[in-house]
Amino acid sequence: MSSATGIGASVLRKEDFRFITGKGQYTDDINRQGQAYAYFLRSPHAHATIKKLDISAAKKAAGVVGVLTGDDLAADKVGGLICGWMIHNKDGSPMKAGAHPALAQGKVRYVGDHVAVVIADTYSQAKDAADLIVVEYGVLPAVVDMNDAVKKGATVIHDVASDNRVYDWHLGDKAATEAAFKKAKHITKLDLVNNRLIPNAMEPRAAVGDYDSGQEQFTLYTTSQNPHVARLVLSAFIGIAPEHKLRVIAPDVGGGFGSKIFIYAEETVCVWAAKKVGRPVKWTADRTEAFLSDAHGRDHLTHAEMAMDDKGKILGLRVHTKANLGAYLSTFSSCVPTYLYAPLLSGQYDIPAIYAEVDGIYTNTAPVDAYRGAGRPEATFVVERLMEVAARELGMDPAQFRRKNFIRSFPHQTPVIMAYDTGDYVASLDKALEMADYKNFGKRKKESAKHGKLRGIGFSAYIEACGIAPSAAVGSLGAGVGLWESAEVRVNPIGTIEVLTGSHSHGQGHETTFAQLVSDRLGVDINSVAIVHGDTDKVQFGMGTYGSRSGAVGMSAISKALDKVIAKGKKVAAYALEAAEKDIEFKDGRFSVAGTDKSLAFGEVALQAYIAHKFTGAELEPGLKEGAFYDPTNFTFPSGVHICEVEIDPDTGVTKIERWTAVDDFGTIINPMIVEGQVHGGIAQGVGQALFEGAHYDKNGQLVTASFMDYTMPRADDLPSFEIGTTTTPCTSNPLGIKGCGEAGAIAAPPAVINAITDAIGHENIAMPATPQAVWLACQASRKMAAE
Amino acid sequence: MVEERFMPNVSMTVNGVAVSANVDSRTLLAQFVRDNLHLTGTHIGCDTSQCGACVVHVDGRAVKSCTTLAVSCEGASVTTIEGIGTPDHLHPMQAAFRENHGLQCGFCTPGMIMSAIDIVNRKGNALDEHTIREELEGNICRCTGYHNIVKAVSAGAQAMSGK
Repeated sequence: MSSATGIGASVLRKEDFRFITGKGQYTDDINRQGQAYAYFLRSPHAHATIKKLDISAAKKAAGVVGVLTGDDLAADKVGGLICGWMIHNKDGSPMKAGAHPALAQGKVRYVGDHVAVVIADTYSQAKDAADLIVVEYGVLPAVVDMNDAVKKGATVIHDVASDNRVYDWHLGDKAATEAAFKKAKHITKLDLVNNRLIPNAMEPRAAVGDYDSGQEQFTLYTTSQNPHVARLVLSAFIGIAPEHKLRVIAPDVGGGFGSKIFIYAEETVCVWAAKKVGRPVKWTADRTEAFLSDAHGRDHLTHAEMAMDDKGKILGLRVHTKANLGAYLSTFSSCVPTYLYAPLLSGQYDIPAIYAEVDGIYTNTAPVDAYRGAGRPEATFVVERLMEVAARELGMDPAQFRRKNFIRSFPHQTPVIMAYDTGDYVASLDKALEMADYKNFGKRKKESAKHGKLRGIGFSAYIEACGIAPSAAVGSLGAGVGLWESAEVRVNPIGTIEVLTGSHSHGQGHETTFAQLVSDRLGVDINSVAIVHGDTDKVQFGMGTYGSRSGAVGMSAISKALDKVIAKGKKVAAYALEAAEKDIEFKDGRFSVAGTDKSLAFGEVALQAYIAHKFTGAELEPGLKEGAFYDPTNFTFPSGVHICEVEIDPDTGVTKIERWTAVDDFGTIINPMIVEGQVHGGIAQGVGQALFEGAHYDKNGQLVTASFMDYTMPRADDLPSFEIGTTTTPCTSNPLGIKGCGEAGAIAAPPAVINAITDAIGHENIAMPATPQAVWLACQASRKMAAE
Repeated sequence: MVEERFMPNVSMTVNGVAVSANVDSRTLLAQFVRDNLHLTGTHIGCDTSQCGACVVHVDGRAVKSCTTLAVSCEGASVTTIEGIGTPDHLHPMQAAFRENHGLQCGFCTPGMIMSAIDIVNRKGNALDEHTIREELEGNICRCTGYHNIVKAVSAGAQAMSGK
């Protein structure tokens, strides 16, 4: 291997050149000959029937080439959008999923819901013409609040779910947990709000649909994290075209964070409409459309209780969560507050009994689905808030309380599905305490107090389940798909290499890290390796990138294919070197005959494979191309400790993050520079959730926070620089030992911030986002309590 | 019926090249460079002058092109991300973003780099972290947490002094 570009090296990114010179090719940069532009007329009401929809004037407007509605979809037998994960109720019955047409059919259910599409020569003409559509709405009462939605007599959003409950689901042993609580000497109770977030990848969603009538072939360019899944859904469920007649291309994608996993109305309509109007159809969201119609994240109301014995050992945990799923079930929405949430409630701790109940609830709001971390941040917020509060109630140091309850031996089977393979939670805690200079925190707190400031410190010892996921396991839990990954390694005759992967890079740097693996294993120059992704015509199949899976699952598939390339290379080299195959060794990019000086470079063997002069086709097939499908045998379990130190000005309520320490165990790290970047970005999103971000609907279901003017995105001057460290216990369930790093920061950060703020203000009564106003009010409450 | 719209002519210099076109008068500078000139490095991330993905230089000053009318740039000299360097001849600030891993998805990057150059032009080559963070107030990145962008701007600012 070449250590400068192999596993563990901070190789600068190969993909950067096009991005820093303005040559990236994002979906909105793609223009097809003769394309028309789509504008979606969206519902201004949160809940209404469509009594009349008159498109006649719009159809006659300048430049308009088509106005399409839900009736056209129905006439063409285009299926509705789907939810791909079946959740069962406590009584074993299936969840209640209402229909989700891409364009409304008789009813709209949230502000931003799709009523009609206007397609015109220019975007401005389409937008102007949409003003001419006459819609007569029968406005219905809207429910935004989950508690209101499940009240008797509440307005019904979908007829199939008359109580607006999608499911009531549970996990764990209820009787054992109740028994544990009966033995408890202390019980800590908390009511928590996990605030609703809007993902806001910087690139808005976009789609270009194209139809070639000569080939009867559809092509969809789209902002997707998983183009093959998009093709599968558009083909098998929505019925646009069979898979071999539908090509989905996800070119450069400007961030996803989960929001670009899902198959949305807009891309469905663009690709279908391209055939209807006989021209390519392009749509790009403006930012407010993104706020209104991208799937949102989080939005839980939780009551949680933790039972402990008289020595501070945890005996049991019980949790009841209400999860807002919005007005329709988005692609993977149903699994996020269930199987991606409750199985993480054991955290890093040895908890004998856990019982979780989750109600999934419809409201007249945008659909809610996976957002960076997806269920795991919500679980970590519950566990790590409980840990901090319990330590305070017991009068124990929060680090010591965690240490006392850490899982110490592996593998460890939790009471909620997961079997942790490996970890060293003490090592991460010790390193984080050292880096954060925890022992001198008291001095810093006194110093702040001298200046009238409140200083606090908060911990978050998170765990996540990544490397999603073993197909048989998720299948048994209700998933409609397998979650393996595929790879194909094509070695060209002169030894250059293309790796086709089903993973998709939208900021993660796969073109570099995947090439590092190849460079490392084959001993070739990293610049002779190209990573190909994001096109269903090039890559045969793949499940895409989310759930921190591309290293653990995607690279494991590449590793498996590389094993096969080396094995075939040995056979070719044996003929070329006139030696027995068993005597061929492969090391540092050379095939050699053991115990001799006879050897051939990797590229020379590639050439021998293609010219095939030294063997016949009967002995060995010519060529050097190998593929692999890798299905993981377990989830991976990245973990770590983040420590947040804040200083609050009680007069203004402004919280300043003075110090951020992160120590993570991601197993094997391919590129430390890229991993640190992932941690930085994750922390920023987690801090955003804790301090700034919150989606707010008013009581009528209008989204009040629908632009960057109203929804506070973290900016450079809101954040500190971060101190990042690692510990390493390689994952035992995949060949590379990778655990995954993409979501860690977003999972760890929110409880660390809130634990620090509550430490500073001296009580637990503050919800996210802890804006200056909220913190100021909390400081006033502290003063009042002190005065009493 | 929508009436035929008046299509005024606008002429400007973009990346050193004289350009001229008849445009719908509501055409934004960002649309003009992307759609008319096919310079797609300038990105549109919002429409409220908040995110900064669309920053270009107009007569040497950083401007958010998503809220600038093209016709208001009549006679102006405009520089976009494509006008400052190429992969073989990177501008020092472009090189600094790569060397410091100051980008992930790359969508905000052109605007970040154009803003960063403007910061150096206004504030000089020795920039402390506080100044950089304050000056980046008008550019949003969702990927990097800004940590490496701050490092990149600092390094790029120093490198620009040696240009």
